[in-house]
Amino acid sequence: MSSFWSIWISALILLVVFGCWWLLWIVRRNQPTDKVENRSVGHEVDGIEELDNPLPKWWYWMFIGLILFSLLYLALYPGLGNYQGLLGWSQTKAWEQEMERAREEYGPLFAQYAETDVPELARDGEAMQAAQRLFSNNCATCHGSAGRGGYGFPNLTDDDWIWGGSVDAIKHTLTNGRQANMPARGVNPNLSNDQLGDITEYVLSLNDRSGVDEAAAERGEPLFAQACSTCHGKDGTGNQSMGAPNLTNDTWLYGGDRDTIMETLQYGRNGHMPAQNQLSEDQIHLLTAYVYRLSGQHRNNEGAE
Amino acid sequence: MGENQNRALFAITEYIQRHYRIKVLTYIIEHRRCVAYAARTLQTVPEEPNMETQTSAETYNYRVVRQFAIASLVWGIVGMGLGVFIAAQMFLPQLNFDLPWTSFGRLRPLHTNAVIFAFAGSALFATSYYVVQRTSQSRLISDEAAAFTFWGWQAVIVLVAITLPLGYTTTKEYAEPEWPINILIAVVWLTYAYVFFGTIARRRVKHIYVANWFYGAFIITIAILHVVNNLAIPVGWFESYSIFPGTIDAMVQWWYGHNAVGFYLTAGFLGMMYYFVPKQANRPIYSYRLSIVHFWALIATYVWAGGHHLHYTPLPEWAQTASMIMSLILLAPSWGGMINGIMTLSGAWYKLRTDPILRFLIVAVSFYGMATFEGPLMSIRTVNALSHSTDWTVGHVHSGALGWVAMISFGALYHLFPRLYGLKSMFSIPLINLHFWLATIGVVLYTVSMWINGLLQGLMWRAVNDDGTLTYSFVEAVEASYPGYVVRFIGGAFFLGGVLVMAYNVWRTVGQSETGALDDSTDAVQGANA
Repeated sequence: MSSFWSIWISALILLVVFGCWWLLWIVRRNQPTDKVENRSVGHEVDGIEELDNPLPKWWYWMFIGLILFSLLYLALYPGLGNYQGLLGWSQTKAWEQEMERAREEYGPLFAQYAETDVPELARDGEAMQAAQRLFSNNCATCHGSAGRGGYGFPNLTDDDWIWGGSVDAIKHTLTNGRQANMPARGVNPNLSNDQLGDITEYVLSLNDRSGVDEAAAERGEPLFAQACSTCHGKDGTGNQSMGAPNLTNDTWLYGGDRDTIMETLQYGRNGHMPAQNQLSEDQIHLLTAYVYRLSGQHRNNEGAE
Repeated sequence: MGENQNRALFAITEYIQRHYRIKVLTYIIEHRRCVAYAARTLQTVPEEPNMETQTSAETYNYRVVRQFAIASLVWGIVGMGLGVFIAAQMFLPQLNFDLPWTSFGRLRPLHTNAVIFAFAGSALFATSYYVVQRTSQSRLISDEAAAFTFWGWQAVIVLVAITLPLGYTTTKEYAEPEWPINILIAVVWLTYAYVFFGTIARRRVKHIYVANWFYGAFIITIAILHVVNNLAIPVGWFESYSIFPGTIDAMVQWWYGHNAVGFYLTAGFLGMMYYFVPKQANRPIYSYRLSIVHFWALIATYVWAGGHHLHYTPLPEWAQTASMIMSLILLAPSWGGMINGIMTLSGAWYKLRTDPILRFLIVAVSFYGMATFEGPLMSIRTVNALSHSTDWTVGHVHSGALGWVAMISFGALYHLFPRLYGLKSMFSIPLINLHFWLATIGVVLYTVSMWINGLLQGLMWRAVNDDGTLTYSFVEAVEASYPGYVVRFIGGAFFLGGVLVMAYNVWRTVGQSETGALDDSTDAVQGANA
């Protein structure tokens, strides 16, 4: 803010505050008496008279008190243009300080969890309780409090992964987020809607669905190879490094009925998992263990030990 | 005539008086009603000796006052009915009916617009036109312009009631209608200003009465706020983009939004208080001095207060602080108004025992005092950190809107209706009393349940576990709010029930009128004999 505007703002604020003071002072000074005498001012209109009673004392001093408090507050906090106040307070600083205090207080707890490997941590009941709270606060909005997902939000309780279910992959997903990009009509923008219909039948046949139009599915196979296999693979089993889902296990993110598959092909999909910047590295480690456990992977290792 | 005949006649008369007294009375009333009706329809007036001087004297325009008074009552039922309905949606979401037009998101702005601009707005029009005439001792400057404000304002209300459920909205709170409606509002408002100030200009008394200062400040400020806040580039008949960017838009929106409260719902209604409280209590205004200080301090500080809706946002800190301290100072001028209203009753407190209209007015002023204590409290940064976005805000708004705005309007309307129909009093005083208690219980249930919900939500949202994670997920706070939502609905239903009682009472009052609706006052403007 330029110093002109800073002075302008300060002057206006002080004008109003001192203006109130001046008004109070001048009106009180001219009071003929401090006592309530119910003397009329002398106007009368439509039968209503006005009395010339004094300003109530307690109210007068309350008003003065509020003005003094405001002036004190303006001296301590940023209010008068560019002036930052004696306390040096700012909302950003206040937030940073609070976050710093939280890190100091809770950091050691999560640091302790971070020392344990994810598969082992996933079997630690106490750690998983803390992790569940992290999950409720940060993940449940989309993935549901039980982690079963919903339309467009992956189910985290099955062992079917879009971007990979290894410890490193989960951690990567949480830290950096994921951006899916399924283009409309795959990689061949020239496909007609009829051809997309054929691909739909082929995808249905990959999942051993009954009622598939065999002829259409047959026509769809080469079209699939051309437009879809780059990401989803020749056999349609997907590619986790690209976030291309497996299309053969009848597990669906947006729905596996004929109409929805057609919609996906026609318009594409752009699922977005935001990076969890608000969490510390140690918290992400703990949350990784929770997601790892949700998919039941912690049980797979039990026999090995 | 012989003595016997005389005696017989006397006996017959006595017989009729005893046995047919009631019938005779009814007949007389019916007869007078017929005469009055004939007088009105045929423009012929029963012959009376003073007729010549009476017709040529200037009278007050009551027609537009009556129209707005009835509109206020009708829109009050609609607006509060909508409020009760959306309150039910909060705990019975099935009532959204899975239809876009009946969803909470579209009906909520319809509710706020209906109660603020249709109900409270019509009450302000009605009372300001009444008060400005009687305290200026002058008829409105133009009956045609006044009629235009009535029909124009009703057109605005109907257009808003159609477009908002259809989803046409600017998304600016309390200013949702799209630009063509905004232009109509501006035209009606400027006409209102012309009628009001034009009438003051031709007043027959030297002094401008204090009620008119407040009505005047309200009219001028709302004109400015409305125009600036709605500046937008139209891109279609029902679509436009605000000319202000991001944070500035938010500041302009709340500068408008809080002054909708400060000037529309406060200054305007203080004008109402300054006429109807002394009039109904038949007492002088307590302190003229206090009126001066609290008027100027109120309007000087209120315009700053909007920024307190934007604490802890990208709004520059100086703007947040300035609006916070102005909001704090505002406590004093607000209470100045409350003191002047309540102390006007000193020496006449006993009237509260018998006069429920006065009770409405005084409880309204008390709620005004409570709400204007709560407001400055909530504007303090650290308190706002707890209260922001919780139901506490909703409770605060309604303690003002129901407790102050609606209650004082009811009091003023009860004072007005008999006068607009040439009667001494309302049809039923016990029914006014019933309305008073329904309304009071309703406000108390409403505000208390929202305070509890608000504190509950604020505390649940900030509660943390030993590991620093939040103790409650959002939905748990929603679940905990459930009982409060039910109680709020019950409170709202009480309040609406009270208004329905009032509507019945007004209906019967109108039916009782011998003269029918008055287009002009029965008393001539003082000193205006031709």
